[in-house]
Amino acid sequence: MTALLHVNNISKRFGGFVALDGIDLEVQPGERLGLIGPNGSGKSTLVNCICGTLQNETGSVHFDGHVIDGLAAHQRTHRGVARSFQLPRPFHSMSLADNLRVPLLYTVHARLGGLLRSAGELDSRCQELLEMVGLAKKAKQMPRDLTQVEMRKLELARAMAAEPKLLIADESMAGLSHSEIEDILALLVRLNERGITVILIEHIMSAVMSFSQRLAVLVSGKKIADGKPEDVVRDPEVVRAYIGQ
Amino acid sequence: MNTAKFSLITIAVGAVVMAFAHWVHVDYLYFASYTILQFIVLATAWNILGGYCGYVNFGSAAFFAMGAYSSVFMHKLFPLPVPVLILLGAVVSGIAGFGMGYLTLRLRGSFFAIATLALAVVLQTLVVNWDYVGGSRGAYIIRPEEIEFAGITVNYIEYLFALMLGLAVLSLITARTIERSQLGFGFATIRDDELAAEASGVPTLRVKLIATTLSGAFMGMAGAPFPYYIGYLQPSSAFGLEYAVNSIAMPMIGGTTSWVGPLVGAILLGSAQQYATVTISSAVNLLIVGLMLVAFVIIAPNGLIGLVQERLRAWRKP
Repeated sequence: MTALLHVNNISKRFGGFVALDGIDLEVQPGERLGLIGPNGSGKSTLVNCICGTLQNETGSVHFDGHVIDGLAAHQRTHRGVARSFQLPRPFHSMSLADNLRVPLLYTVHARLGGLLRSAGELDSRCQELLEMVGLAKKAKQMPRDLTQVEMRKLELARAMAAEPKLLIADESMAGLSHSEIEDILALLVRLNERGITVILIEHIMSAVMSFSQRLAVLVSGKKIADGKPEDVVRDPEVVRAYIGQ
Repeated sequence: MNTAKFSLITIAVGAVVMAFAHWVHVDYLYFASYTILQFIVLATAWNILGGYCGYVNFGSAAFFAMGAYSSVFMHKLFPLPVPVLILLGAVVSGIAGFGMGYLTLRLRGSFFAIATLALAVVLQTLVVNWDYVGGSRGAYIIRPEEIEFAGITVNYIEYLFALMLGLAVLSLITARTIERSQLGFGFATIRDDELAAEASGVPTLRVKLIATTLSGAFMGMAGAPFPYYIGYLQPSSAFGLEYAVNSIAMPMIGGTTSWVGPLVGAILLGSAQQYATVTISSAVNLLIVGLMLVAFVIIAPNGLIGLVQERLRAWRKP
């Protein structure tokens, strides 16, 4: 089976600070990968390099059989890479439905040649997505009326609107209560069951352990472990990185 | 209301205004309303970039002047009818807008505003030193008394008024069409959050360049007939501060999120200025703009349209 995402020896530095140092990572289609690491270990930089917000300096990123290095973020979104942001970044001046309409118009609509989706079809698609995350009743409200957990759900729904093959959820549970975490986890599992590959970046270990089929650990820009979650958390190097010697 | 219906209504309103002006038939009315119409075009053009995309352009005067000076240039080289000059002005200023967008694509907020201001200063210096278009002396364009169409003679100022009215109608239709299109959504995402826009598949650079080009082109169109209107064009009047300030103040006062805002703002502020010019003095113009801008920032930060929408919302859910 060929990998959906293949990150090959990528590096990124900011001035003298090495944020990523020769990272290799493969993700199979349909997989649920957990990505953990202490603060400042390079997780978000890795996401940004995969999504095109930042460009890697060495190595290459392959997605769905193609090299996507050098492509702008919106081109990668068109190819099927979607992400949610660590801090929700909704379009403040638009209603929830319109927030989802943007990726629908710019990716799915464009992919189908522009003419295939009528206005009514777009509306019902927005509604479907909002129902999926349980925000259907708030379609006409503005993002400022939402709670934190609803904002995270909107963030995920917007990422899903582009009909991606790979979803990268960047700390979409930070700061949420236990039941809210369960809520988001269930949502991610449902998405995965529809065939979407998910990379979950998270600090909350219980969530990561219950969700991930495989776990990768980043420390100071290097990948120090990659394997079955229960093996990885027992890895002495990982324990040392998290708890200290 | 769909675009076709809206276009028809706008054109009909334009025709009524034209008929009314023709019926009154006072030269001064043409002169005064020409200025207001010109500001409707400028304010709408500014709003395409400044209101929809959130990029504040302080160099409106530069685009306006580029349209005006391309007319002066053609007048010396090979006189063309004004409608053709308007098209030419659109092309020249549109290209300039594209260039500005490309050069400043990494600048945001106040840095972008400063860059556009610098563009205006650089261009003014160029024109001052360009002898062919009059340099700092300025250039005279003797406006014919009348113009003839298929046997009918029309007063030239009425002709210019009609052209500007047409441009105002065109700019309003364009602005409203954009607002309701995919492009309008793209513009709004740029105003809200460019990073999230990219992640949602919006090609932000391309969308931004469309905005700077369109906005520049409309400003150039507004400027192209100006030398014929004023008769004598000098750099300090074409690059005047009042164009830069008015094109910002009018949408701000009216409201920047919809095509109605610049229209209302331009009519309100334009008429106030014309009134002040006649009754008090022409120098008081910018003072009025300043005072109104301060007043509106305090009373209605989202402009008149925002104020009305707020009231409506409050009224609907008591």
